[in-house]
Amino acid sequence: MNDPIKSRLLELAANFKDELGGVMPLLHQVQKQFGYIPESCAVTVAPLFRLSTAEVEGVISFYHQFKREPQGKHRIQICRAEACQANGCRELEAFSKEYLQLEYGQTSADGLLSLDSVYCLGLCSHGPAVRVDDDLFVEVGAEKLQSIVEGLNDGR
Amino acid sequence: MMAVNIYVPADSLSIALGADDVAKRIAEKITKKAKQCSSSNFNITRNGTRGLFWLETLVEVEIDGCRVAYGPVRPADVDDSFVEALCSGSDHRLSVGLTEEIPELKCQQRLSFARLGLNDPLDITAYQDCGGFAGLRQAIQYSPQEIVDEVQSSGLRGRGGAAFPTAIKWQTVLDCQADQKYIVCNADEGDSGTFADRLMMEADPFCLIEGMIIAGLAVGADQGFIYLRSEYPRAADQLLSAIAIAIEKNFLGKNILGSGRDFKLQLRIGAEAYICGEETSLLRSLEGKRGMVSAKPPIPAISGLMGQPTIVNNVITLASIPIILAKGGAFYANYGQGRSKGTLAFQLAGNVKRGGLYEFAFGMSLRELLTIAGGCKNGKLHAVQVGGPLGAYLPESLWDTPLDYEAFMAIEAGVGHGGIVLFNDEVDLAQQARFAMEFCAAESCGKCTPCRIGSTRGVEVIDRIIASDSAQENKQQIELLDDLCETMELGSLCAMGGMTVIPVRSALKHFGEDFKVGAK
Ligand SMILES: Cc1cc2nc3c(=O)[nH]c(=O)nc-3n(C[C@H](O)[C@H](O)[C@H](O)COP(=O)(O)O)c2cc1C
Ligand code: SF4
Ligand code: FES
Repeated sequence: MNDPIKSRLLELAANFKDELGGVMPLLHQVQKQFGYIPESCAVTVAPLFRLSTAEVEGVISFYHQFKREPQGKHRIQICRAEACQANGCRELEAFSKEYLQLEYGQTSADGLLSLDSVYCLGLCSHGPAVRVDDDLFVEVGAEKLQSIVEGLNDGR
Repeated sequence: MMAVNIYVPADSLSIALGADDVAKRIAEKITKKAKQCSSSNFNITRNGTRGLFWLETLVEVEIDGCRVAYGPVRPADVDDSFVEALCSGSDHRLSVGLTEEIPELKCQQRLSFARLGLNDPLDITAYQDCGGFAGLRQAIQYSPQEIVDEVQSSGLRGRGGAAFPTAIKWQTVLDCQADQKYIVCNADEGDSGTFADRLMMEADPFCLIEGMIIAGLAVGADQGFIYLRSEYPRAADQLLSAIAIAIEKNFLGKNILGSGRDFKLQLRIGAEAYICGEETSLLRSLEGKRGMVSAKPPIPAISGLMGQPTIVNNVITLASIPIILAKGGAFYANYGQGRSKGTLAFQLAGNVKRGGLYEFAFGMSLRELLTIAGGCKNGKLHAVQVGGPLGAYLPESLWDTPLDYEAFMAIEAGVGHGGIVLFNDEVDLAQQARFAMEFCAAESCGKCTPCRIGSTRGVEVIDRIIASDSAQENKQQIELLDDLCETMELGSLCAMGGMTVIPVRSALKHFGEDFKVGAK
């Protein structure tokens, strides 16, 4: 048992195994540390929670946030909910996909960016709203999106 | 020389608008100025926000005990002349006068949000100076039944959307015999156009914590969970800090304030699933499972988290409890009308001139509220969606409806969590209806066929309506859509599938021209 991914997963799981519903906070930690949920996650951690592998797989697949593939260094999420639609997010969505050459759920070839949608960031009076990792942006038009992305490119 | 007290908001929205830079620049400029004239020292407090979003970043200064406001301040506005005006509270092109005299704030009835934006949200002393923990201290004096009775007399109904009487839920949990009971706060705030929960958690987190402790005392629960959506990272930070401070000051933990009662509170984060706002789905998610909705009964009050009696309440429901205990249920019930008692924190969003948080007693007309908010920021106001993605699209002919639960039911709409989204006349209501179906398809938990499959069919049918080139085909497809809506309404276990038909039907009924109804 000297697979480094497995031992890291077990180490993390030990922190949550006695907590009520500990699988969710564990998966958040795994996603944070690896950038995604490694394939061996479910089979590795399930016994600690007295669950079957299928049950843990089921949890992972249920939530949009948990990703099965490595993600970009930065995650760009465009709000596509109603209040942002009222402020033109449909145009921003189309522009972003075209500009980044990505569909929702895809990651750029250089591994820098992943593009995703989000349903509301609670900034609904100042849409279109965009989240990049834990930073929030409002009143985002094409130009502002470009400058955000350029900032990420520069800081790579 | 007295210190000058300056306030710069630090909620997610003001930060997105540059508030951190504004605060930094003000500090730099004053420090420089102070060096030159060796005059005043100053404090910059990062307060929550007043909820007047069109004025963000709203910078305030305290002059003779009154707060004078400037806004909206962008980082580039912070030059010498601005700082000079700010330090003395004098006139400037960004002046908006005394904060409390801002008309859109002055006319509000802020009960749950009484402290919004006054102080640093994590300053627990300031919280208590402004009435904080008075409700908890009162509750400690009461028996559990007396607490529930107080909530009963307030007439409070759940603010998460379903408007269920809070006291009935609490009584059920109180009456259950069980070794372990739980208080769960629903902080999943998934509805587009809503941000009241976010504001409460970011800008007055102790108020929510206080409400949860009181709920624990009322029903005999010593453990609580806040289930927070992961889309709110700043709320998570604020809550974690607030919980740590409350533990340190013995408002949480063992033997709270010497009462002999314990309460432990934990924060849990969701993972981007709208359906986890539905209470049974939320509880499964808290248990570390898929967020599948379960049939009721059993209701969570009897068999909730880990099968134990559980209160699940929305953030604003719980945050309304402290003032009800502090001032009495009758005080709260004095606001509002009919069976809609107290106040609701309306959230004005979308294409709105003066967006933000508007707390009012139930009963004013939708039109009045839209007028206070100034209508659209660009274009002409055409349609309003009330109550989130499962709420109705309303045309001007219905804007005189009073904002109360029953009046909105009567027009096949709902007040929900109080989100109000404004659209100008460029909106295409057929596209909005299509989106409602698409959203349902994306967020369905998958348990019921009408919700899971019906919503995808709904998208296709609406596409065919939009593409229809004969009146006959249009009519046929609209009949299909009607049938589909009926199937979804009747065959769905929860409101996700059952209420997706509300935006769809209202769009079709009130904005038929966008669906080519009657076109040749
Ligand atoms: C699809 C769906 C989503 C919901 N989302 C939320 C939510 O985000 N926040 C919330 O407080 N209640 C939400 N609810 C309502 C909850 O099921 C539940 O009624 C509420 O948490 C009870 O608290 P209250 O009585 O204080 O409102 C949702 C319901 C459904 C059907
Ligand atoms: S209506 Fe939809 S979301 Fe609700 S239980 Fe059924 S499938 Fe799940
Ligand atoms: S709808 Fe986009 S932030 Fe709320």
